[in-house]
Amino acid sequence: MECQVALTGKGYVLVAADTVAARSIVKMKHDEDKIKVLGSHLLMSYSGEPGDTVQFAEYIERNLRLHQIRYLQPLRPSPAAAWIRRQLADSLRSRSPYSVNLLVGGYDIATSEPHLYWVDYLGTLAHVPYAAQGYGSYFVLSLLDRYHNPEATLEEGIETLKRCIAEMEKRLIVGLGKFKVKIVDKDGAREIEL
Amino acid sequence: MQINGGSVIAMVGKNCVAIASDLRLGNQALTVATNFEKVFPVTDRIYLGMAGLATDVLTLRERFRFRVNMYTIKEEREIEPETFAHLVSSTLYERRFGPYFIEPIIAGITSPAKGSKPFIAGADLIGCLNFAKDFVVVGTASDELFGIAEGLWEPDLEPEDLFETISQTFLNAVDRDAFSGWGAIVHIITPEKVITRKLQARMD
Repeated sequence: MECQVALTGKGYVLVAADTVAARSIVKMKHDEDKIKVLGSHLLMSYSGEPGDTVQFAEYIERNLRLHQIRYLQPLRPSPAAAWIRRQLADSLRSRSPYSVNLLVGGYDIATSEPHLYWVDYLGTLAHVPYAAQGYGSYFVLSLLDRYHNPEATLEEGIETLKRCIAEMEKRLIVGLGKFKVKIVDKDGAREIEL
Repeated sequence: MQINGGSVIAMVGKNCVAIASDLRLGNQALTVATNFEKVFPVTDRIYLGMAGLATDVLTLRERFRFRVNMYTIKEEREIEPETFAHLVSSTLYERRFGPYFIEPIIAGITSPAKGSKPFIAGADLIGCLNFAKDFVVVGTASDELFGIAEGLWEPDLEPEDLFETISQTFLNAVDRDAFSGWGAIVHIITPEKVITRKLQARMD
């Protein structure tokens, strides 16, 4: 029942993820942060097999940090997403594949553009204006088809995101509790309250 | 093969070839993106289309770019379409018992030294080549594409007529397939230039 939603607007990407760590039918925790800040202007939300998710996310985080230390500048969103995809694609055909689905949001300082990528455990990469993972995607994507505006201000974007979360709360049989929301824009990546 | 959906077609004309793909990327019945192109330039005169598992489409695009670059450096010339078709075939057959789940289509024009002749070829997921003289189709709408192409295609079409034929064939075929569609892109390759056009399609 894990769910993540992300959308782009005028100069920003909003990423939201639920905060439940569940095991079978039991909620073990309801303040789990499933969105990693990978760099000054890069965010990644992750879901999938418990264990794989955090392991993979930390692997990505440390390797992107290593890149930044080596080359004195961070990877831009598009190469970062391509590299993350490749890790998953290689992992898929290995002995123990990671079963992790991602949304990668970033702000490209060089071109002043927000970017959002949808990545699944197979290593499928799609550059999209809005995206969702999990059961919620069946409701949220149709909502975003109707209400998403790439030129929307931050206030309008947050409004759309609230609609998406409200819809999931209404239609999914199990409530997902609070959502953690992070934003990345020209000022960098940070958490915000809805 | 049917997880992500998508279809590709290539056709031969008079001194030209055309190759087209749809733009849908799905996850089963859910459409994730509508900007996912499945046809990529290999050289100025050769295009490669791939239908099937999207992760392998992306991996193989990178792999072929690498192998074609190595060929160009070693041979100090551009690769011929027929040679490239064999490169595709052997790359796929390398994974005979754990294949990449894609079916490729190659469309190109041979070099002026070889007479600038149109060339198309298709292959299955383990690299069995099919050198067709008329058209090749792959993807989730391949049955529909075969039928319509069989009815509409004729020999020696000029570039603009070939564009019309491939576009009508493709759009009408993908409209009957739930896993393909959401827009299409067509490349017409002639010895002088490549014309690329995006097609307006039904968005359902």
